[in-house]
Amino acid sequence: MSMQSQDIIRRSATSSLTPPPQVRDHKLEVAKLIDVSICIGCKGCQVACSEWNDVRDEVGHNHGIYDNPVDLTAKSWTVMRFAEHQDEGGRLQWLIRKDGCMHCADPGCLKSCPSPGAIIQYANGVVDFQSEQCIGCGYCVTGCPFNVPRINKEDNKAYKCTLCSDRLAVGQEPSCVKTCPTGAIQFGSKEDMKLVAEDRIKDLKERGYANAGLYDPQGVGGTHVMYVLHHADRPELYSGLPSNPSISALVSIWKGFTKPLATLALAGIALGSLFHYVTKGPNEVSREIEEEIEREDKEEVK
Amino acid sequence: MIRDPKDLKRYNASERANHWVVGISFILLALSGLAFFHPAFFPLTQLFGGPVWTRILHPYIGVLMAVAFLIIFLRFKHLNKMTPADKEWLAKAKNMVDGNDHDMPEQGKYNGGQKVMFWALAISMLLMTLSGIVIWRAWFHLPVDIVRLGAVVHAAAGATMIGLIMVHVYAAIWVKGTIRAMWYGTVTRAWAKQHHRGWYRQVTGK
Repeated sequence: MSMQSQDIIRRSATSSLTPPPQVRDHKLEVAKLIDVSICIGCKGCQVACSEWNDVRDEVGHNHGIYDNPVDLTAKSWTVMRFAEHQDEGGRLQWLIRKDGCMHCADPGCLKSCPSPGAIIQYANGVVDFQSEQCIGCGYCVTGCPFNVPRINKEDNKAYKCTLCSDRLAVGQEPSCVKTCPTGAIQFGSKEDMKLVAEDRIKDLKERGYANAGLYDPQGVGGTHVMYVLHHADRPELYSGLPSNPSISALVSIWKGFTKPLATLALAGIALGSLFHYVTKGPNEVSREIEEEIEREDKEEVK
Repeated sequence: MIRDPKDLKRYNASERANHWVVGISFILLALSGLAFFHPAFFPLTQLFGGPVWTRILHPYIGVLMAVAFLIIFLRFKHLNKMTPADKEWLAKAKNMVDGNDHDMPEQGKYNGGQKVMFWALAISMLLMTLSGIVIWRAWFHLPVDIVRLGAVVHAAAGATMIGLIMVHVYAAIWVKGTIRAMWYGTVTRAWAKQHHRGWYRQVTGK
């Protein structure tokens, strides 16, 4: 599936010394801004996502809560998560968060993936899975700080939100943005979205949400899906949105400098052995002992 | 035709077969494991029918190796108990590596270095098996923190094990007259007397 977009800035399991085609570098960084305070939880975005992307998840069961499906799956790339929160004044708040891939600037999935080119990052910031290169190992799941990718049982490939990269390529906004009836999901350049968020946060603060703020976590280099939160000081209220996400230290050790070092060490053992053999020579059975045994044999014969 | 009927039997057929099952599965695991260890080795997946087949097959070969290794471990562990003579041998190992093995202490069936190798491989194999189960997504679904730890342990223990086996193989190549023990089970009396005098005395009664 060679789309020849020529704007790929990062490719999994590929050295930055041999960069992917990226001559079309005059691209704006984009972002999807989800204003949680305007969301009414209609799930139109979920439907639009499965419509546009032609994925049809199994119809699930009622779990006694509004979340349906209850979790992201290989065929549900975005889900609304409903959390009930009682504020200091005892008022009930319904915190509804549209969950899905955050399109990190520093993606843990891409860092973990062992298959060259199975995960790529475009110049506009979108992190996309190239499914025909996916080998189904699940390392992306291990690497993701947001618990987003899911392995499809039918074809053993990992799937997640593409930020409608196919729509973006022809100048359209993602399908969830297009369908959102309240304007809670907006799309544009990351800079513009930050400005929009600023206005919204100002408004929320005036209306008594002193801790309103933008969720664009720097631990993963910022994200290309951002939230406006009424309680930006406590993102975990929103169905466990991590307050300070970053690529796990274990993943960094696993995929960092240790492996090239270990590879060098193994090469060192191989070459060290070779040169040991060449310089010290083989360890042979000494002629002396062989003669001793021959003598014993002769004595026995006598 | 046996060249010298007085050659000493070091391994019986079943032990040799067991060692070869471990050896072959190790080679397959090392090649397929390295393919996922670092992108530089990714082309090794072509030896297994492509990257997806490599991902599918690797853990099953791992199960085979774990079982075969466990059997060989139980067979030989009583011969690998550390003794003071082994510690003395290890203290002098530098001379041995230097090519001067004249004043090494007398060794039984295995010398101190071989025993260290035995236990280091056993620990590595245990870590490989446990961490391998943790990251085997086709069958197991564990919390992500445990999977992350498993991935690190699997990579570290795997690299260690490959290094240890390289030393193991080189030692067999370096010490002439050793490899035949793995092929057909016997060694010459002179070989035994030079390298494992304690064992030589034990089996010959001399």
